[in-house]
Amino acid sequence: MAVMPFAVAAERELADGQLRANLGRATRTIRDKRARVVAEVADWEPMRDRAAAVKDEVLDNLAELLARFEAAAVAAGAVVHHAQDAAHANAIVTGLVQGQRAESVVKIKSMATQEIGLNEALEAAGITPIETDLAELIVQLADDTPSHILVPAIHYNRSQIRELFARRMPGFTATSDEPAVLAGAAREYLRRTFLAAKVAVCGANFAIAETGSLVIVESEGNGRMCLTLPETLIAVVGVEKLLPRFADLGDFLRLLPRSSTGERMNPYTSIFTGVTPGDGPQRLHIVLLDNGRTQVAQDPVGRAALRCIRCSACLNVCPVYERAGGHAYGSVYPGPIGAILSPQLTGQDAGFNKTLPYASTLCGACYDVCPVKINIPEILVHLRQTGPKPVAERAAMSTLSWVMRDRRRWRAALRAARSGSAPLRLIARRHGGTLRRAPWPLSAWTAHRDAPLPAAESFRDWWRRTHEQS
Amino acid sequence: MSLAELFAERAGDYRAGMHHCTEDELPEVLAGLLAGASKVVLPPGVPAAWTTALPVPVLADGPAGTVGRTGTSSAAGAPVGDDGLGSGLVHLLTPAELDEAGLSVLTGCAVAIAETGTIVLDAGPGQGRRLLTLVPDHHVCVVRDEQIVADVPDMIPALADPTRPLTMISGPSATSDIELNRVEGVHGPRRLDIVCVHP
Ligand code: SF4
Repeated sequence: MAVMPFAVAAERELADGQLRANLGRATRTIRDKRARVVAEVADWEPMRDRAAAVKDEVLDNLAELLARFEAAAVAAGAVVHHAQDAAHANAIVTGLVQGQRAESVVKIKSMATQEIGLNEALEAAGITPIETDLAELIVQLADDTPSHILVPAIHYNRSQIRELFARRMPGFTATSDEPAVLAGAAREYLRRTFLAAKVAVCGANFAIAETGSLVIVESEGNGRMCLTLPETLIAVVGVEKLLPRFADLGDFLRLLPRSSTGERMNPYTSIFTGVTPGDGPQRLHIVLLDNGRTQVAQDPVGRAALRCIRCSACLNVCPVYERAGGHAYGSVYPGPIGAILSPQLTGQDAGFNKTLPYASTLCGACYDVCPVKINIPEILVHLRQTGPKPVAERAAMSTLSWVMRDRRRWRAALRAARSGSAPLRLIARRHGGTLRRAPWPLSAWTAHRDAPLPAAESFRDWWRRTHEQS
Repeated sequence: MSLAELFAERAGDYRAGMHHCTEDELPEVLAGLLAGASKVVLPPGVPAAWTTALPVPVLADGPAGTVGRTGTSSAAGAPVGDDGLGSGLVHLLTPAELDEAGLSVLTGCAVAIAETGTIVLDAGPGQGRRLLTLVPDHHVCVVRDEQIVADVPDMIPALADPTRPLTMISGPSATSDIELNRVEGVHGPRRLDIVCVHP
């Protein structure tokens, strides 16, 4: 998919009715479920505070906790690697897979491997990465990219999925598009793949410094397949995934599923420490990924983004995300968290990252639901202040301030907008009463945002007509 | 509500099959649940009393106490000893053997969590290697009242050793990836039956 500035991509995605209908339904469903199971927990708010404090403790003691994690994991039989950046991590993983002479690897959905573009790197080395989450499989079969952290194929409906399976999945013959039938087909298809796989690649939701354990939270069981069947397992783990103590899981395993899928607990959580003789992979490699994180941890405001446990609750409450979808962000991490994480990790100037801090209304809904209390609006404003301004935004701001600095210019502009908009009024009513294109000079403002229709008469004109003349 | 009642309600919410009995009734209840299986996979350390009424053949995996120790042969099909249940030689079952249609697996658990309706396996006696409860299509798990703790944080001190391979199971495997319809059993067992043993 071509990378576009947020505003351009959003315009394109907004036109996609299927995407919008699915997203609206999905985000509403998950939002309601989340609210119900959060309300059950008496100490939810203190728990958020505790979790935020634990994550800050990790960021304050990153080097020390990494060393402790490494020592414990190595003692339990794992091999630990350190990767400075994406290219480094990809080279390590590719080398490990080649070392096992494997031509393919099975994968569990992982934001970290997506962040570093591992699939592309493996393919370039002639290794086939096979995504095993149902949604990721759908997205991969379609040569598409995920649009939601949690439900990456939310932009496909069942008949599109059946058609896709028929075209791309060897041996698929079903004519029904019942979800159970489609899931069953994926089960059969992937079962053969799991049984033959020599190497699996995973991420981790948590890494415990005290014990060297990795924690993987999932629904379908494909994670357990990857963690259990292949002889070699490679985990790519962002350094911010650390928790100091095993006991910290007590809070985090209560916060994550409730915030994420709105369940009290997800179907499967695997916790494993190094290699267990006779049970599961006998070779475990853990690649600890920095890729900009140590630097973000230095920024007193922006560092809070590293507390993120990728639950996607902020996506589901975001009015911008609900309308535009994940693709519009053009980055691995979509939604509110993506708008603060992507520019920080990959540079505010990279690609269209500089437009991301503007893809928000600063309504604060994301902050309210975030289980680790990341003040996303605050960081957005911080990034807007410290980062480069998008060109159009700069032009709009300077035109607008030129117009507003002078009362006559402002009045003339408003009149122009009013007379220009009169014929638009009928059409605009169908768009919820917003104005998509104002005449110059206010056009600089509406080029990238819709504005409410100007009133037929300004307050100033109304006052003059009803008071000054009498 | 007692912890046992809460656990039963919450695990039932995930559409796990919930069953209740006393210790004496357990063999009969298990026999009933497993009657439809082609064979029953048994991890080492399942109490002999559980299997006295089983109407179908068992497929025993490895000798008790091998998991977590070195020296176990992982070679497919290599006989490594007796399972202590009097069923003769046993070996470590291969993934392909476990993939046979119609298999059920019978286990106990290490801990159960009331608030979330979760069973926790730690690969200890009566639970076995992780793939035993993953590849077969049907899992029957026995939970005793005294194994149930209140909430997730209480699980941690109840574990004998947190560095053993742990699997927390909350209902059958599921996905909501197709138009948000919950579909059970994508890769793990499509059916989960939990037998609660009350005093
Ligand atoms: S920022 Fe908070 S709400 Fe959003 S995904 Fe991360 S942890 Fe969840």
